[in-house]
Amino acid sequence: MSKLTIEDLKRIKEQTTKSTALRQGDARVKITVHMGTCGIAAGARAVMTALMEEMAEADRQDIRVVTSGCMGMCSSEPNVTVEILDEEPIVYQLMDANRMRQVFRRHVLKGEVQSGFAQGRL
Amino acid sequence: MRELSLHILDIVENGITAGAGCITIAIEESEPTDRLTIRVCDDGPGMPAQKALNLEDPFVTTRTTRRVGLGLSLLAAAARRCEGQAAVATAPGRGTEVTATFRHSHIDRAPLGDMAATLEVLIVGNPQVDFVYSHRVDDREFTLDTRELKRELAGVDLGDPMVARELMESVRRSLRDLTSGGTPGPGRQPDVEAHD
Repeated sequence: MSKLTIEDLKRIKEQTTKSTALRQGDARVKITVHMGTCGIAAGARAVMTALMEEMAEADRQDIRVVTSGCMGMCSSEPNVTVEILDEEPIVYQLMDANRMRQVFRRHVLKGEVQSGFAQGRL
Repeated sequence: MRELSLHILDIVENGITAGAGCITIAIEESEPTDRLTIRVCDDGPGMPAQKALNLEDPFVTTRTTRRVGLGLSLLAAAARRCEGQAAVATAPGRGTEVTATFRHSHIDRAPLGDMAATLEVLIVGNPQVDFVYSHRVDDREFTLDTRELKRELAGVDLGDPMVARELMESVRRSLRDLTSGGTPGPGRQPDVEAHD
């Protein structure tokens, strides 16, 4: 029976303790990937994977990623909601891995709403 | 769904939405019996038996955003077209157990796919929920228990993308060893994510 070995765990712990020690403050940005059946079938997992890669690279302490269920807009899945503190939440529709990377780099990191993919915007 | 691991993600999300605290995912692949079995159990509130009886009916759902619920129906359909079946065992207060079986070598059986990605998404997206994953191929087995991990890695946030990436690298490696340990042959190729 194989498992993650204690060595694996120790290595993970060593490599990450430093970076995560800082990640304790309140989140300023919340990114929700909608993962209902509709979202998953449309490719939400690949979107989420791309998002996590970007997060790991950006190494920002104030961003949280969560998943949630279907929001009732199945035809435009995968949907991703970006909520930045004190700003209007933006729902992005028909996302894929590349769109997710663009939204993360431009909107989340630089504050430029990517209105081309946005659904609910003013 | 193009991969069984996406069905699993979907069924597990059901359990999380229902309020489960710990979810067990068990996969069993057996060459002698040519069966693939997927079992997902949660410790959530369970359902009245009446709902579970209608699991293949897409018009039975507890959701309020729309009138159809496809997750279980899709899984049941996938199992049925591979000479398998799906079943739900549940009772109010007892949690829910979903089991789906497939003929392993059936030509219509979707590949298991990227289980490591499914686990990563679940762990990062739901830090409050624990997951126990076991994957058996003949007599070899891999297990991952986030309760154990949280204990061993005290103070490390499993939902952190850096941690998740490290963790999933290890899981992916272990699963590759697990599935390539047997005799290579049809249906035993390492499953890789095929889309895009």
